[in-house]
Amino acid sequence: MSCMKRLCHETRSHDRLRRTLAVCLRLSRRLLLKMSEERDAAALSGSAQTEGEEDLFVSAMESPEAARLSAEDISPSSNGPKAEPMLLDDDPDDLFAEATEEVSLDSPERQPILSDGPSPVITPVTPVMISSRADVFDRSPDQDEDEEENRDTFDIQISVSDPEKVGDGMNAYMVYKVLTKTSLSIFSRDEVCVKRRFSDFLGLHSKLASKYMHMGYIVPPAPEKSIVGMTKVKVGKEDLSSVEFVEKRRSALERYLLRTVKHPALLKDPDVLQFLESSELPRAVSTQALSGAGILRMVNKAADAVNKMTIKMNESDAWFEEKQQQFENLDVQLRKLHASVESLVCHRKELSVNTASFAKSAAMLGNSEDHTALSRALSQLAEVEEKIDQLHQDQACADFYLISELLGDYVRLITAVKGVFDQRMKTWAKCQDAQVMLQRKREAEAKLQHANKPDKLQQAKDEIREWEGKVQQGERDFEQISKNIRREVGRFEKDRVKDFRVVIIKYLESLVHTQQQMIKYWEAFLPEAKAIA
Amino acid sequence: MTSISEDSDKEKVRSVSVDLNNDASLVIDIPDALCERDKVKFTVHTKTTLSSFQKPEFSVPRQHEEFIWLHDTIVETEEYAGLIIPPAPPKPDFEGPREKMHKLGEGESSMTKEEYAKMKQELEAEYLAVFKKTVQVHEVFLQRLSSHPIFRKDRNFQIFLEYDQDLSVRRKNAKEMFGGFFKNMVKSADEVLISGVKEVDEFFEQEKTFLLDYSSKIKDASAKAEKMTRSHKNVADDYNHISGALNSTAADNNTAFKKTISVCVLQKLEDRVASDQELKLTELLRYYTRDIQAAKDLLYRRARALADNENSNKALDKARLKGKDIAQAEENQKQCLQKFDKLSESGKKELTSFKARRVVAFRKNLIEMTELEIKHAKVRRLKCCVFSFKRN
Repeated sequence: MSCMKRLCHETRSHDRLRRTLAVCLRLSRRLLLKMSEERDAAALSGSAQTEGEEDLFVSAMESPEAARLSAEDISPSSNGPKAEPMLLDDDPDDLFAEATEEVSLDSPERQPILSDGPSPVITPVTPVMISSRADVFDRSPDQDEDEEENRDTFDIQISVSDPEKVGDGMNAYMVYKVLTKTSLSIFSRDEVCVKRRFSDFLGLHSKLASKYMHMGYIVPPAPEKSIVGMTKVKVGKEDLSSVEFVEKRRSALERYLLRTVKHPALLKDPDVLQFLESSELPRAVSTQALSGAGILRMVNKAADAVNKMTIKMNESDAWFEEKQQQFENLDVQLRKLHASVESLVCHRKELSVNTASFAKSAAMLGNSEDHTALSRALSQLAEVEEKIDQLHQDQACADFYLISELLGDYVRLITAVKGVFDQRMKTWAKCQDAQVMLQRKREAEAKLQHANKPDKLQQAKDEIREWEGKVQQGERDFEQISKNIRREVGRFEKDRVKDFRVVIIKYLESLVHTQQQMIKYWEAFLPEAKAIA
Repeated sequence: MTSISEDSDKEKVRSVSVDLNNDASLVIDIPDALCERDKVKFTVHTKTTLSSFQKPEFSVPRQHEEFIWLHDTIVETEEYAGLIIPPAPPKPDFEGPREKMHKLGEGESSMTKEEYAKMKQELEAEYLAVFKKTVQVHEVFLQRLSSHPIFRKDRNFQIFLEYDQDLSVRRKNAKEMFGGFFKNMVKSADEVLISGVKEVDEFFEQEKTFLLDYSSKIKDASAKAEKMTRSHKNVADDYNHISGALNSTAADNNTAFKKTISVCVLQKLEDRVASDQELKLTELLRYYTRDIQAAKDLLYRRARALADNENSNKALDKARLKGKDIAQAEENQKQCLQKFDKLSESGKKELTSFKARRVVAFRKNLIEMTELEIKHAKVRRLKCCVFSFKRN
């Protein structure tokens, strides 16, 4: 790691020089840029279309939530709480009044955060111009929005189940069954079942990331590797922690796939389809930490970190700045929250253990008590406490799987979001670099004009054209990525709100259930206690 | 400086033992208490119709050490050997809140304003809870003395209640403390020896086995209950942190990301349940651990008397054999026998009433605890329903 740091340090000073140069030149370049923009804008077919496209987007967003079928199974008991409100009138408890005052959960601000309009410096590019990169899916952003509008026909269910251990010793691995049920036409069959291992998932993610991240799409991050956990499983320890580990991983993989297919672009990606459908998948070796690809990844990561420090982007669009700040804050808060919830899970497990030991102790006390009624009551108390211990355990599970894992997922997602913003910065930097080069070429050409070397002049002119093209391309890319990011962030925020809401409701339902059970147990105990004569 | 006065829910708090103020001729309570730094000053208020007191109603300030002095003098009184002496109240223990306060002071810079205020509130509540508990324990001690036909007439007890000035009870110096410690050790060694002594009386034999067994079990149960309530408090604390974190999240985000309130309220409820459980169950078990110990002490004293009796019998026989000091030995034996009989008689009465008292107290506490659990679970369930309904 230290040699990495040194490497970064060296590149940094070099880059910094370049960057400073770029910054100085940029101010004078702005004028040139504006001129070239106006040229572009005139060539475009009507800004009216861009306006219309934005409206389409807005209306799609505001279509009723109910119409959209979420890929996750919403628990069937969500109808349950509706029956309860009848109790609202009965309880005159003071606490209750306090509750209704404080709760104001219906937020009027359901609309997603859209930018206020086209960014001031660079006019938006018409959707007709598609990026010429070969590895990008051939679809216009228009289609994306149509997809969103037709979300109510989105119907795909994925489940990851049946972890099986294959192989032995250190070469062992877990294989999961991935079952896809769908009515979408892009899939060849209605129901597909394949077997995948963890590295397959990682491979899928790395492919998607390399294809889409630089376009500004938020690619859901894959679950993390865990050497300790996996080693335990490999070694064959059948204890509680390794069972828990496998379950945790299985659930994480399921969530990962669901999030991936929820993304309209990713759903249509051939790699995703292949992953879900084909029975044989080439082994993704490059996901191993110590492979060549792994090392390359580390180097790239370091370089990225350096770039982040050195690129001082001139943010012309306040929306991006605001969003980035928001995500920074959200990141910090979610991490804190995640830590608190993990501590809650831990303590609740402890509580359940202590309750169990108390139950045993109370049973023994009941045994040694010579007053029969009291003895019976104490034994009953022990039983009640035991049942409550079980309740606590279940509640801990719920705490964990619902809330804690969700928070963990979102912490990782926010990292992906921040990565996307960084991509935009990189694109901008590239664009800037291209402009610098263009300027240099122009200067060179100007010099050659004076020097009167016709063949070199021609070459210089060719080079200028080439770089002009590159500058245009850079600007278009920047436009595209900015636009994609806006849309992605909007989608992300909506999904986040929905996700959290669904999870909170599930969690509250589990709490309700726990309370029900507790009431039942204590009410059964009460007559016993009263019977002590 | 904290003080509580005329607390209406003191009634709820005071329930470890059954209501002992049934007899209006001598009614004692601690309506007020002041806490200064380390010391707690209790205001002992007495209302009486007995003529042995100078006034019908009076109050005196007392400190914890004076309670201990009273207990010790009663224990040391030979006459009361056959009685179960109410266990002394434990020293007020503000260690928990104090530690928390320390932590709060240290972490002040790293917390947000709301979090700090909340933790402070929580700390104050805990402090108050400990305070209430210690007042209750001291009160119960006095009430048990006052409700007992023999103890209430004790001269020292009356002085304790009445004497205006400071009793100037000096704290045990090192030698006395050591002496006390040594005495305890001898006692426990003796207990082992004495449990081997042949017990003639069926009743006492039964009681002995029962008490020995029960005492260890209840100690264990009390410890486990404490652990359980402490875990519960931890869970409640976590909810507190979570709601704090959620609050800050919601404040910054203008999207529908507000779920703080529900969790906040849940946390408050968890807290309350934890403290209710604590009061009812844990206190009950703790108190009776001490009480059982007092009963065991009675048995011990009786066993000691029995041993003495046997020894005196042996001595008498030996004297008769030797032919000298017969009268003295006879006198000794007669005294021992008397003492033993007296102890046995009062001991039997005491132990029987102790059992009855214990059963009643357990019943009351268990019922109250159960009712509270049900009530809180119901309220929590309601709230969860309301919130999930509103969410939908």
